[in-house]
Amino acid sequence: MAKRIPWAVYALLFILLLLVPQGVSLHNLMLFEYGLAFAIAGLGFNLLLGYTGLLSFGHGAYFAAGAYTVAMISRYLPDWYALEIVIPAALFFSFIVALLFGFLCVRHTKVFFSILTMALSMVLFSLLFKLYALTGGSDGVRIPLPSLFGFSFEGMRRPEFLQGVYYYFLVIFFAAGFLVMKGIVNSPFGKALQSIRDNEVRAELIGVRVRRYRLYAFCISGLFTGLGGALWSFINGHVTPELSHWVFSGEVVYMVLLGGFGTFEGPIIGAILFTFLKLYAMSYTQYWMFVIGGTFIVLVMVLPNGLAGAAVSLWQKIKPARSR
Amino acid sequence: MWVVYTLNSLYFAALLFLVSLGLNIILGVMGVLNLAHGGLYAVGAFMAAWLIIGLGTKLPALLIITGLAGGVLLAGIVGWVIERFLIRAMYSRALEYQLLLTFGVLLLLEDLIKMVWGGQAYYASAPFDGVGQVVILGHTYPVYFLLVIAVTVVTGIGIWLFMTKTRMGIMMRAISLDREMATGLGLPVTRISNFAFVLGSALAGLAGALVVPTTPALLGIGLEPLILSFIVVVVGGLGSISGAVVGALLVGFTRSFGIALFPEIELPLLFLIAGIILVIKPEGLMGRGKEGR
Repeated sequence: MAKRIPWAVYALLFILLLLVPQGVSLHNLMLFEYGLAFAIAGLGFNLLLGYTGLLSFGHGAYFAAGAYTVAMISRYLPDWYALEIVIPAALFFSFIVALLFGFLCVRHTKVFFSILTMALSMVLFSLLFKLYALTGGSDGVRIPLPSLFGFSFEGMRRPEFLQGVYYYFLVIFFAAGFLVMKGIVNSPFGKALQSIRDNEVRAELIGVRVRRYRLYAFCISGLFTGLGGALWSFINGHVTPELSHWVFSGEVVYMVLLGGFGTFEGPIIGAILFTFLKLYAMSYTQYWMFVIGGTFIVLVMVLPNGLAGAAVSLWQKIKPARSR
Repeated sequence: MWVVYTLNSLYFAALLFLVSLGLNIILGVMGVLNLAHGGLYAVGAFMAAWLIIGLGTKLPALLIITGLAGGVLLAGIVGWVIERFLIRAMYSRALEYQLLLTFGVLLLLEDLIKMVWGGQAYYASAPFDGVGQVVILGHTYPVYFLLVIAVTVVTGIGIWLFMTKTRMGIMMRAISLDREMATGLGLPVTRISNFAFVLGSALAGLAGALVVPTTPALLGIGLEPLILSFIVVVVGGLGSISGAVVGALLVGFTRSFGIALFPEIELPLLFLIAGIILVIKPEGLMGRGKEGR
């Protein structure tokens, strides 16, 4: 995999992240926040694709599970509508959904796994869509500003909220998610997942419980994606069933592929780039799907390891030449 | 009312069968799960609608034949282009990449349709109105739906004969059973794969062209049939024609009676049934066991 990046670099990047609101316009800051929320989901998605070798086409379901947990609490339990309660609740419910769906999906691999995850995410989509009385159907649910540790943001406008406290909240969650995921992929458990990816039969022979480990990976992946969804919902201010539609799941796949799933940091770069790419494509042309689809095809055919993967291999080509 | 529901189920199953048959042929022969299938369905639908509106005659037979021929032809040509210039370059790569590639093509096709035909809806109900209605067991029923069922049955039998009796069909089945062995025996795998993709695309185009007199051609028209035909493929079994029949009938009946009896949870019910079948029989009802999974 990629070369080791020293911890000092991460610390520096974290400080830079904290300084971002000082340097960019509100519009770009909001886009960046979308990107960070997607990046958390992308990290989760990549645990399955990059480290376990399973391509899920239904990660929108866990994203929606997280986002709708927030929406449902704000709608039916307004007294408990505080960040310190809704985030753990979102983690819990996306975990439950991932456990249920994962139990069915990990029986299969390859294309079958992809179809199943896609079909199951559509179950959630159709439930969210049809149960109008409960979920607001295709209208979706508005997400009001939450409180944090008893401090209410009532009366504050959303841009102020997003520019202030929430950005730092998001960055802390992103950093924590990053470190936890980094720990997971470098742990013996993470190595076992990679052995499953590389050779299922051999992994089983050395005593890895393949199906159970896949399920664990699936649940952790769903949990991260749900966290991304919950954090995303506050930025967007509105959630709709489309989050669970497989086309949205396709966008998650796109982000991770854009950045590169062979590198740990790839999905993060991809998520942030995708947010900007999509918005600029949408504002310049009505044929933004053409742009996204076209770049996607080029990526798959020419840069299968994504931008980060291409950068790493370029770096490895230059470096030995220089040291010689 | 059960007569109408049953006929509706058959009509719905017929359309799904055509879509999933094409999907299954491509999946079986090439091992590619073709997400662009929804786009090809939409291409067929838009082409047929455009022709039917443009023709402006009142003769339903002429309208239907032109619409179907146009839809099938254009979808087939688009399929040929996709296979020749995109998918063929990806044979040596992992299956996941081919899936992703077809997702890119799906997005691309959606916007290409928008570029060619604009964003508006095409209402081409002339053939539907033209063939009128018929009374079956005391219920009036549109003849067009019966026609769709008939076309599907004929197509299904045709494909079955093609797969079992002709040289090309037998070679296709050989490749779907064991691609490596077929290559080793000297079968023209590349050419047959290309043919299979075109055939599958044409079937998607046929389904799209058939549906368009009953519902307007809209952007994104192919997404729902695509996801439903995935269920058909999963439930019926990977790459099996009889599986496509059984799967399509199951989905068709569940859908039609579900809409009539429990409209709220009709779609979740469908997925629930599919899920139960998969837990009991992971390879699908007509599946061939472990291979290809």
